[in-house]
Amino acid sequence: MRSATWIGALMALAASLAVGMLLGPADLGLGEWAAALRGEAAPATTIAWRVRLPRVVTGALTGGMLAVSGVVFQALLRNPLAEPYLLGVSSGAALGAVCALALGLSGSAYFVLPLAALAGAVVAISVVFAVAQVDRRMDTRVLLLAGVVVSAFLSACVLLVLTFVRAETLRSIFFWTMGSLSGASWGMIRAMALYGLPAVVLLYGLSRHLDALALGEETAAHLGTETETVKRLAFLLASLLAAAAVSVAGVIGFIGLVVPHAVRLVGVRDHRALTPISFLVGGSALVLADAAARTAAAPMEIPVGVVTAFLGVPLFLVLLRRTVRP
Amino acid sequence: MMCRLQAVSFRYPGGENDALSEVSLEVDRGTHLALVGPNGAGKSTLLRIITGVLTAQRWIVTVQGREVSRWRRRDLARTVAVVSQSGEVDSDIRVQDLVGMGRNPHVKAWAPLAARDRRIVEECLEAVDLAALVDRRAGELSGGELQRARLARALAQEPALLLLDEPTAHLDLGHETRFMELVRQLTQKKSLTVVGITHHLNTASRYADHMLLLSHGSVVASGRPEAVLQPDTLDRAFGWPVHVADLGPLGHQVIPARRVGEGQP
Repeated sequence: MRSATWIGALMALAASLAVGMLLGPADLGLGEWAAALRGEAAPATTIAWRVRLPRVVTGALTGGMLAVSGVVFQALLRNPLAEPYLLGVSSGAALGAVCALALGLSGSAYFVLPLAALAGAVVAISVVFAVAQVDRRMDTRVLLLAGVVVSAFLSACVLLVLTFVRAETLRSIFFWTMGSLSGASWGMIRAMALYGLPAVVLLYGLSRHLDALALGEETAAHLGTETETVKRLAFLLASLLAAAAVSVAGVIGFIGLVVPHAVRLVGVRDHRALTPISFLVGGSALVLADAAARTAAAPMEIPVGVVTAFLGVPLFLVLLRRTVRP
Repeated sequence: MMCRLQAVSFRYPGGENDALSEVSLEVDRGTHLALVGPNGAGKSTLLRIITGVLTAQRWIVTVQGREVSRWRRRDLARTVAVVSQSGEVDSDIRVQDLVGMGRNPHVKAWAPLAARDRRIVEECLEAVDLAALVDRRAGELSGGELQRARLARALAQEPALLLLDEPTAHLDLGHETRFMELVRQLTQKKSLTVVGITHHLNTASRYADHMLLLSHGSVVASGRPEAVLQPDTLDRAFGWPVHVADLGPLGHQVIPARRVGEGQP
């Protein structure tokens, strides 16, 4: 059962990577990819290496990071509705991005917009983290409420800035908040992998502690968990994963909420399996959604966040109905 | 000496009275100490101080001669295990995984359970007679089975000191006795030390070597069960008259009076 789930997740990722590489506005068939692999100079080769592949890899990384972030937030807050954006990461990032766009800084270099978004997210995370420290402990109930309120406040700030920007800026902001992988590049992938993957590995190392925390903090302590250290580390790492994802791809919903639940619904409960399998499934989900976003209304591109909702929600509802026991 | 508390006082933040005041106790290796007393006497607080979940203020609490606050949680969890009366359980978790969590303090973060860990889990499941139910979900267990699973999880920690926080509170006579017999066998076999909270004075009298009676955070009586189970002492602590019958090898049994005044037969 366990190994079947692993094989399924790996095959899903491989299949979606293949679909993602083959589908798109430019026709890249197996022949073109074979040529690209041989390094033949052709326009198709350039598109394959410079556009299509970075985009697919970014999708896999972003989706995986969002799913892992969702897994950890759901465990930490012991709330099935928790998702990566709940505690202000996305609205903080949005404020950073909107400020950069409104000030006209985003055109100066490709990394300015993601960096501004990351800065906004980090500020939001820090405020929420500081407020949740009660009596040298991190109270997860305070964390939840503080996060939701800070998130609402930052969204209001975004609206305030939007009131003063020009129409064309408004449009680019609108698309940013819908999420898109069109800004993918190898440089971005390197940056994401450099700090995203270690965070995923560290969170995987916390698996047993996250399992134990599900039994309550006191029981977890009895089972050897340094609860305060684990909670803080888990919050910061999961928030950083979400921040990285948002700053690269904008706000892409549903992956962080739906993927962890879908993986749980097929019977994977413990975090030692839940975390890595969610990473694989989240990655393949976003790659597929992005392929659909690129091709469904080509040459127009649908915001990928819309696709994740359109594909994710019905699938999840079917899974939910099938597995829920009376 | 397994565990020692010296003049421990504790007040919850914002509390008006001490939850514990000047409590001292010593528990020898391989013995069973029963903590008894009315609701709110401070029994659970005492247990939480031994596990280091409650800390601060000036006192001395040692486990195996070492101050509790100086233990890392992982090391403490290899020495002290707790079975509580309830607590959340993911009702979908398999019994095997539930008990396997007892190995948490023994395995490295990134490593899977080793063959030795799996063998210990298996032995613990057998010890509590749950080997046939390893693939059951926690939500499908009866109350008695779930408590035995919690006991197995605690045993899988390979502790030297077992703390029982009213694990039999919701169990019927048969299941409670079965549970306590199991604890007694295991304490003898593994020379475990047990400190257990209970409201069942008669069970405590039969299974504990020593008793400690707490009331309003202070020690009212301590010693052998027959020394603690005195009608006057119990009357004062619980606010209700009782008879105590000496049943010889069956221990001292406490029988509450039916109404005030019946206490003096």
